[in-house]
Amino acid sequence: MAAVAQLQRQFIEYTTSLHNEGYLDDQFTQLQKLQDESNPDFVVEVVSLYFEDSEKLLNNLATALQQKSVDYKQVDSHVHQFKGSSSSIGAQRVATVCVHFRNFCEEKNLEGCVRCLQQLKQEYILVRSKLETLFRLEQQIVQAGGQIPMME
Amino acid sequence: MSLNCKLSGLNNRLLTKSKMRKPLRGSSTVWKWKRLFLFVWVIVVVIVIVFGLSLFSGVFRKKEMVTVTAGTSEDNNSLVLVEQFNVSKDLLHELANSFFESDQISTLNCTKQLGNKMSTKHDISCTLKVPNDEQKVEVWGQCPVHDDKAPMVHGKLAREDSDIRKVCEIKKKEQAQSASRSGGKWMKKLLVVFVVAGVTLSIWLFWYLNEGIQKRREETLASMCDERARMLQDQFNVSMNHVHALSILLSTFYHGKHPPAIDQKTFGEYTERTSFERPLTSGVAYALRVRHFEREKFEKEHGWTIKKMETEDQDQTLAQECDPENLDPSPIHDEYAPVILSQDTEDRENILRARASGKGVLTSPFKLLKSNHLGVVLTFAVYRTHLLPDATPEQRIKATVGYLGASYDVPSLVDKLLHQLASKQTIVVNVYDTTNVSAVIRMYGPDEIDTGLLHINSLDFGDPARKHEMHCRFKQRPSLPWTAILASGGVLIITFLLGHIFSAAINQIDTVERAYTEMMELKHRAEAADVAKSQFLATVSHEIRTPMNGVLGMVQMLMDTTLDGKQLDFAQTAHASGKDLIKLINEVLDQAKIESGRLELEAVPFELHTSLDDVLSSFSTISQEKQIEKLAVYVSNQLPEVVVGDPMRFKKIITNLVANSHKFTHDRGHIFVSVHLADEVTRETDMKDDMLRRILNGSKSNLPCDSLSGLPVVDRKKSWEKFEKLKGKDSLNESEKIKILVTVEDTGVGIPLEAQSRIFMPFMQADSSPSRTYGGAGIGLSISKRLVDLMDGEIGFVSEPGTGSTFSFTAVFMKKEACSRDTVLQNYDPAVSAFRGLRALVIDQKDIRAGVTRYHLQRMGILVEITSNFDSAQSYLLESPTIQDEIKSANLTATFVVKPLRLTVLISCFRETLPAGNARVVARTKQSILGNLLRDKRILVVDDNIVNRRVAEGTLKKYGAIVTCVDSGKVALEKLTPPHSFHACFMDLQMPEMDGFEATRQIRRLESIFNEEMKSGEADHWHTPILAMTANVIQAIDEERTKCGMDGFVSKPFEEEQLYSAAACIFESG
Repeated sequence: MAAVAQLQRQFIEYTTSLHNEGYLDDQFTQLQKLQDESNPDFVVEVVSLYFEDSEKLLNNLATALQQKSVDYKQVDSHVHQFKGSSSSIGAQRVATVCVHFRNFCEEKNLEGCVRCLQQLKQEYILVRSKLETLFRLEQQIVQAGGQIPMME
Repeated sequence: MSLNCKLSGLNNRLLTKSKMRKPLRGSSTVWKWKRLFLFVWVIVVVIVIVFGLSLFSGVFRKKEMVTVTAGTSEDNNSLVLVEQFNVSKDLLHELANSFFESDQISTLNCTKQLGNKMSTKHDISCTLKVPNDEQKVEVWGQCPVHDDKAPMVHGKLAREDSDIRKVCEIKKKEQAQSASRSGGKWMKKLLVVFVVAGVTLSIWLFWYLNEGIQKRREETLASMCDERARMLQDQFNVSMNHVHALSILLSTFYHGKHPPAIDQKTFGEYTERTSFERPLTSGVAYALRVRHFEREKFEKEHGWTIKKMETEDQDQTLAQECDPENLDPSPIHDEYAPVILSQDTEDRENILRARASGKGVLTSPFKLLKSNHLGVVLTFAVYRTHLLPDATPEQRIKATVGYLGASYDVPSLVDKLLHQLASKQTIVVNVYDTTNVSAVIRMYGPDEIDTGLLHINSLDFGDPARKHEMHCRFKQRPSLPWTAILASGGVLIITFLLGHIFSAAINQIDTVERAYTEMMELKHRAEAADVAKSQFLATVSHEIRTPMNGVLGMVQMLMDTTLDGKQLDFAQTAHASGKDLIKLINEVLDQAKIESGRLELEAVPFELHTSLDDVLSSFSTISQEKQIEKLAVYVSNQLPEVVVGDPMRFKKIITNLVANSHKFTHDRGHIFVSVHLADEVTRETDMKDDMLRRILNGSKSNLPCDSLSGLPVVDRKKSWEKFEKLKGKDSLNESEKIKILVTVEDTGVGIPLEAQSRIFMPFMQADSSPSRTYGGAGIGLSISKRLVDLMDGEIGFVSEPGTGSTFSFTAVFMKKEACSRDTVLQNYDPAVSAFRGLRALVIDQKDIRAGVTRYHLQRMGILVEITSNFDSAQSYLLESPTIQDEIKSANLTATFVVKPLRLTVLISCFRETLPAGNARVVARTKQSILGNLLRDKRILVVDDNIVNRRVAEGTLKKYGAIVTCVDSGKVALEKLTPPHSFHACFMDLQMPEMDGFEATRQIRRLESIFNEEMKSGEADHWHTPILAMTANVIQAIDEERTKCGMDGFVSKPFEEEQLYSAAACIFESG
């Protein structure tokens, strides 16, 4: 039990730190709340979807920005999508970068866009690793027979 | 000294002048007026100088500084330097010309004085005349310069003549610093003028007074002398008249009668008896005029021979008194004057003169035979006939028959006179015969001793051929003029004293001014450095943050990979350190931002309770580690739920304070944050809040058990005693603003008294020694203070070493219409409302702790009873058995709830510990919110974004909806072509190909077509509620949305609250 309690505390701490550092926001908590007996892997499912979608979008963006004449409209729509999905899962920092990205798109600032893309990638990789860690923790808790604590 | 000499010289001259002036009495009055005028002028000048020095020194100095700095002193100095650097005359002239062109210097004189040939020190005096627009400025400067100071420049100059001006300019800059000192110089000049004026005044005063004394002396002497001379003259004249009368008597009675009516005996008797009439004559004698041809006859007649009288003084005299036989026969002359009737000797020359003039004639003084005194003889001619006053000398000579002589013993005569007069002791009188200027004969008086003053009166004894003078002197030399010396000395001393004072003052001013300039410079530099520091901090902090984020992220990712224990430990340490660094940098950045005034507070509505919970939760784990018993928060029920302000900064302040308390509180005690209205603490009489009353009273009574942990605490009231704005209610508009008072109390080590004054200074720490116990940059409290200032509040503290500290601060927020408590709490957990209406019993010995517990329970809507021990708890239980279950559970909870108490923790504990039935109640309650609305509703979700779609699906499913997802507008169109089975549609607005607006429009079109077709048959009217899912709720989009026929919107990501209200709109109405 002690191990579980420690894991649980670690989980809470980790989640809190993710929140405090702005990687995740309340939306993620909302997602966690949606997960119940009827839908046990909801969060993981959604997040995996998000990962797939994001990687696709990032690729698209990279390609779009490498074009000779950049289609900013297309880029913008990609970014918009990215932003939408990010805010859906509560990846706050990614969403924030998306907002900046869209501003650059509006200005048709290629340099800014490229920089933002890099940033976006970085943030995305960060949040992905964070989430993966979180899920691993969850798994450990579940394996240890504990209950995943609820976040506020 | 030279001045003095000059002045004394002048003085002398004036003295002599005044002496010469004496006869001219008319001009003397004019001089008097002039002198008065001069005196007044000098006084006025001195006064003006004094006032000028004392009052307008500042103004003058400024002016002076300007003019001097403007061009003269520098020019001087540069010239001096040029001269100094051994530049040839030609170069100097060249330079002068250049100055003439540029600076309009009309004349330039430079003299160079080589001081000592051996020394390198030269004195150079330069005079520049610069014609100005308004006035002519003439400046003189002298500057000792050392040659050895600038050998390099010298060399340069010798090499390149054309560079003179450059060098000059360089030197000018160097000299510019000394320009300010010339202000003092000017004042010194003024001082010198003042001192000189003072000295002049004192000398003049001395001269003036001394002259008065001299003049008085002179006047006295003159009057005395005049008096004496007049008397002597008068007496003499009286005697002379008598002798004259005697001569007339002789001519009448001796010659006029035959035989003569007077013989020797009668004459002698007469003269003796009338001698009182001639007090000055010692004797009279009469001599007949005997011509040569009558000599024999005369000799026979009288039986004498006429003989010459040989006297020591070799005067040719005829004497009667001496034995005629002993005398040699007199030499043959034209005529003789043998004395027939005699009293004294006669003189031939005088006889002749007297005969010719018909008046009394005096001899030169000679020693009288008997008395051996100096005497004079007055001779009158006796005429045979009565002569007219205008008779010619020839007639007179012819008519002469004899001569009457009267001898005067001058010294006894004058003595007699002077004895009659007063103050004979003080003056010395001398009488001189000055007929022969080259051989003046002293007739009376002692040898002349020069005692300074001399007054000369000429005496008229009735003989125009003879000149006599009377010289009067004071017996003693004049004593020193003490009055004048003292007066002038006083003035002199006063002048020097004033001069000294002013000089000291000028020096002081100079020093102070220099110090001031220096200080100003240092101040400017310090300020510039401060600004630079802030900017640097801001820049560097920002620049560090960016890479640090990368580092931290990477470390984080590293930690997420599979690491062995050691590696993980390293990585975690690195990460923690990095986080600390970032935190510090953020604080520094904040500080810099605040200092540079760039920080602006937000004004957003926020919830006080939540903010405090946030702060506390961030400390919960640390508190547990440090085993601080309690980290508790209490918010007064007088406070509104929501205020408008800057929640981040507000939290920051509290976090800083709590962190500070944390750092210094070990192992025991508590940290207690309480929030009240500022008004509450000021109105002590009617405190509406129990808790506050208890806290304040507790700290007053100082009972150990009255604090949260039972440990003694400091009197928190003292921490806000100094707040100025706390009581001033006028300053804030009551209707709009609200002032809250936050107190953070701890039982830490306290702040040492000596450190208390600088606790809010940035980077200051109570113990800044290298061996200090506590870490931290010492910036947190400083930031807090600045933030509090920004929030229009005040911060203060009270601390007792060993007992603990209490920090208090006030902050002003805007009021906002309070939302219902439920709404807020549902942000935490919708289940919270499930506890509403429950009843709890809190058993706690400590009032304050119980109060805190109650506060938290009340927030959940639980009715709370407090009891202090188990006995009363028991009785309480017996009284109301119906609530036994709840109480039990609450008791159970108490064993579970970890301190510090927090709302969220409480909620989860309650959830865990409440009986299953209650849990069901919770579930039911929750479902009743959305589940009732959405249960079994078929909902179509349209979103191109798979993640969003999935999330929406999950959310809606949660509430029992049957969800179908499509990924584009076109598919949605197909699905929603009536008839269909969907109850509602959630539509994303921005989609590729067909966006939400378009899709909705199409659907509405299809629906209307269908409705048209079905109009006749069915009453059912197809209108599928379509809700927009949008991330940006902008007015324009909102309008467009309604225009294209959407029924509402939900924000994306879903918020339960909003989803509920939107769903309610659709399903309850429909």
